[in-house]
Amino acid sequence: MIDRRALFLHLAVLAALLAALPMLAAYHVTNIAKIMVLAVYAMGYNIAFGYTGLLSLGHAMFFAAGLYAAGMGISLFGLSAAGALVLGPVAGGLAATLVGLLALRTAGVAFMIVTLMFAQAGYLTILYFVKYTRGDEGIVIARAARAIGSVDLSADTPRYLLAFGIFALALLLNLALVRSPFGRIMVAMRENEARSRMLGYNPYTVKLTALAVSGVYAGAAGAAYAVVFGYVGASLASVQYSILPLLYVLLGGAGTVLGPFLGALLMFYLIDYASSATSAYLFIVGAALILLVLFAPKGILGTLRERHARWLP
Amino acid sequence: MAAVILEARGLTRHFGGLKAVDGVDFDLRQGEIHALIGPNGAGKTTFVSLLSGRIEAQSGRISFDGRDITRLPAHARVRLGIAYTFQITQIYAALSVFDNVALAAQSRGSHPLGAAAMEALSRVGLEARKDQIAGTLSYGHQRLLEVAMGLALKPRLLILDEPTQGLSQGEIETFNGIVKSVVPEATVLLIEHNMDVVMELAEWITVLNFGQVLATGTPPAIRANPAVQSAYLGA
Repeated sequence: MIDRRALFLHLAVLAALLAALPMLAAYHVTNIAKIMVLAVYAMGYNIAFGYTGLLSLGHAMFFAAGLYAAGMGISLFGLSAAGALVLGPVAGGLAATLVGLLALRTAGVAFMIVTLMFAQAGYLTILYFVKYTRGDEGIVIARAARAIGSVDLSADTPRYLLAFGIFALALLLNLALVRSPFGRIMVAMRENEARSRMLGYNPYTVKLTALAVSGVYAGAAGAAYAVVFGYVGASLASVQYSILPLLYVLLGGAGTVLGPFLGALLMFYLIDYASSATSAYLFIVGAALILLVLFAPKGILGTLRERHARWLP
Repeated sequence: MAAVILEARGLTRHFGGLKAVDGVDFDLRQGEIHALIGPNGAGKTTFVSLLSGRIEAQSGRISFDGRDITRLPAHARVRLGIAYTFQITQIYAALSVFDNVALAAQSRGSHPLGAAAMEALSRVGLEARKDQIAGTLSYGHQRLLEVAMGLALKPRLLILDEPTQGLSQGEIETFNGIVKSVVPEATVLLIEHNMDVVMELAEWITVLNFGQVLATGTPPAIRANPAVQSAYLGA
């Protein structure tokens, strides 16, 4: 029952991103690479929030788990860049599982608060162990360490291609996940937990699994961020980085596979252009978000799906 | 007489001072249609919630097919084959009719999934509406979808909580046919206010009043029971 339109659309987006590389100015190559990495993070957030209905305010901890696993792995233990990219998702998934084991005993507002507290505790832990994490100042990963084989990942084209590769893999896995039987159960949990329980699904294990997958995505994005941009700092573990993926997902469309990327793309360039025009750029971002809530509360792709394209996954 | 599939002994649940279910002994025989009746507030929904595991029992014991399930969580009881359809319709309003039933069939591990879901839909006559969003169905159709989800679970015990509430006469006749088709492979426990439905379907009736069993027996025996008449039938 694979909907060819959906598969075609996602492949077309990937092809366009690849085709755009030679046409983009260096400035935009860096931007789009960053957007693709952040979109992987937001896709992970969307698996928990958009599909399973878990409104977490603590995803920065899972992102940071991957970020620091990569950053400290490379700077303290001489891990290779490729090894760091493998370790990151493991660390993110592990952090999400541990937090989930406790936090998923709560729901709704309590879940938001508990996840926020865990993430803040994680952030303070990073600041406390400044000797190893270098705290606010952060770890700058040496250029020599940012290579896979002989490919220098600090150069524009390889960094774009690496970000693209991770993004493409994450996107296609995301598509497969939401089309899978388990994807249907995640949505069922979001839509009606009591009913799902009476169909024989254990809400705790379903939500824990979804959160773990979400953490794997966040950790993968964190590790990619460290390797591709060479910087690992405590500010990337702050509450702001828990809110960012939420905004991307809300803008692009919660519960849509392409929504997180679209949201990240638009939000990134909105901030970019607004901040070049005025120092009060947050005012413009705020106004845009208010317009979104008023006219498209389900986000861009969510609204599109509702009105025109029900096949959109 | 057929084997007992579900047995409750001394089942009790109080809410503060309210004795919703108070020391109920109850036997359900394999393959029968058993109706649970009683006035409003008699504890019928609480009682079946204890059986399905939505509410935990304070004391007493439940066994299903010889196995003690008193402490088993609701989702695990569903996996054993106890399906419960809600009194207040609980469908996935935002999902398609097909997805609603597929979620039930998938839980049962049915394969191929699509065929199992469509079979359950066709039993309630909703197969033509499979792509419709469930929340846009008429109330009667939503009730039938709820029943289809119960059927797709391929339960050994199907608990129906006031299934005909709000159905038209024609829909009730469809419903009666569905319930008759479920037995004797499965067992049906039916909470019902519509006495015509009860008398047409039930082979055995248990009457609850103030959380206790007032009477239990065949439909003619219940109809003739003076205590039942004064408490409930109002005759």
